[in-house]
Amino acid sequence: MEMTVAFSPEDIKSENRTFRFVLTFSVMFIFWLLLSAWSVYFPEPYDFTKISRGVFCALIVTLLTWEMFVPRRGDKVLMKVQRLIPYIGWEIWQIYLAALDVAKRILGILPIDPQIVEFDTPMLRSDFAFLTFATSITLTPGTITVLVDPERGRYTVHAIAKEPADSLTVDQGMQKYVGWVFMEESKEGEK
Amino acid sequence: MLAIDIISTLFMAAGALVMILGTLGLLKFPDFYTRLHATGKCDTLGQILIIFGCMIYEGFSFITIKLLFVTLFYLFAGPCSTHALMKAAYVTGVPVWKKGDKRM
Amino acid sequence: MILPFVAVGIIIACTILVCSYRAIFGPGTFNRIVAVNMIGTKAIVLLVIVGYIGERPQFVDVALMYAAISFIGTLIIAKYAERGEICSR
Repeated sequence: MEMTVAFSPEDIKSENRTFRFVLTFSVMFIFWLLLSAWSVYFPEPYDFTKISRGVFCALIVTLLTWEMFVPRRGDKVLMKVQRLIPYIGWEIWQIYLAALDVAKRILGILPIDPQIVEFDTPMLRSDFAFLTFATSITLTPGTITVLVDPERGRYTVHAIAKEPADSLTVDQGMQKYVGWVFMEESKEGEK
Repeated sequence: MLAIDIISTLFMAAGALVMILGTLGLLKFPDFYTRLHATGKCDTLGQILIIFGCMIYEGFSFITIKLLFVTLFYLFAGPCSTHALMKAAYVTGVPVWKKGDKRM
Repeated sequence: MILPFVAVGIIIACTILVCSYRAIFGPGTFNRIVAVNMIGTKAIVLLVIVGYIGERPQFVDVALMYAAISFIGTLIIAKYAERGEICSR
């Protein structure tokens, strides 16, 4: 984790501190409003005392965590969010298939043959892309991520049979999908 | 009984069935890594199904939003804790079961 | 409409009992950690269902807090089992 110290006015301006602070504070305050449940816990509508409590709690949390949650610079964030939503829908379908596959292996319809495979992903570069890909591997039928090496993009994966392992190393369908969502090109241009 | 009652009962029954299968996998599988397969996947999906059934039964109110928060949180926290346990066991040196070994 | 909730609650309680077999007899540390994690997940679901049976909506708050704390507990135990210390400073 590198620590950057801002010495010149260009550094402070390009870090957009105000935007991060205001965004984090508004998200925390809306979260507090939703959790305090106006029609269940407070029979009267909101007045100044209750809202000041919410502002106080949200302010404390924001002062502690505002540098963490929103990244400093992001290019084409809206387009990545727009491509992420059908990915989440595909992911929920994969969760259903995963439970079906585990059910078949527990009841004895399909055999068990566990193995550990390693592969590289030259396409993904940012931290969030590594996180999304590792979570998707864990939610896909038959595979769980064991180790992630972010410098070379090397994933170590434990597969429960030969077919899920082949679908990760040979087909590489999911890697291309995650690379398309985060708009990252492959490095040598051959895959 | 209304249609909403029947739909939510179906979701909760499916979730309970998936949880029973996850527990059977915990007893039956021969190795730590394969048991984590059964636990991590079946637990997450069973919980999502049962809480979704409760959400449908409730309708639109503030309790539904809180249950949605629990579901979304566990959708991200379940695979994360599974991966953390798997990494800790692999680095420490728990042996991997191959086909034809003894049960461990 | 109480009967399906009571039935699902009894099924999950029996599943917790079956899981505790692996928590007592599992060979080694990691099997026991997995069993306790699973019991924690089922406890969250049981909290929500008991909240519906007794008609108290406050149990959902307790379930949300318990989910967060159980997740952090599992992460810290995994880190301790991997390195032998939690804070390396």
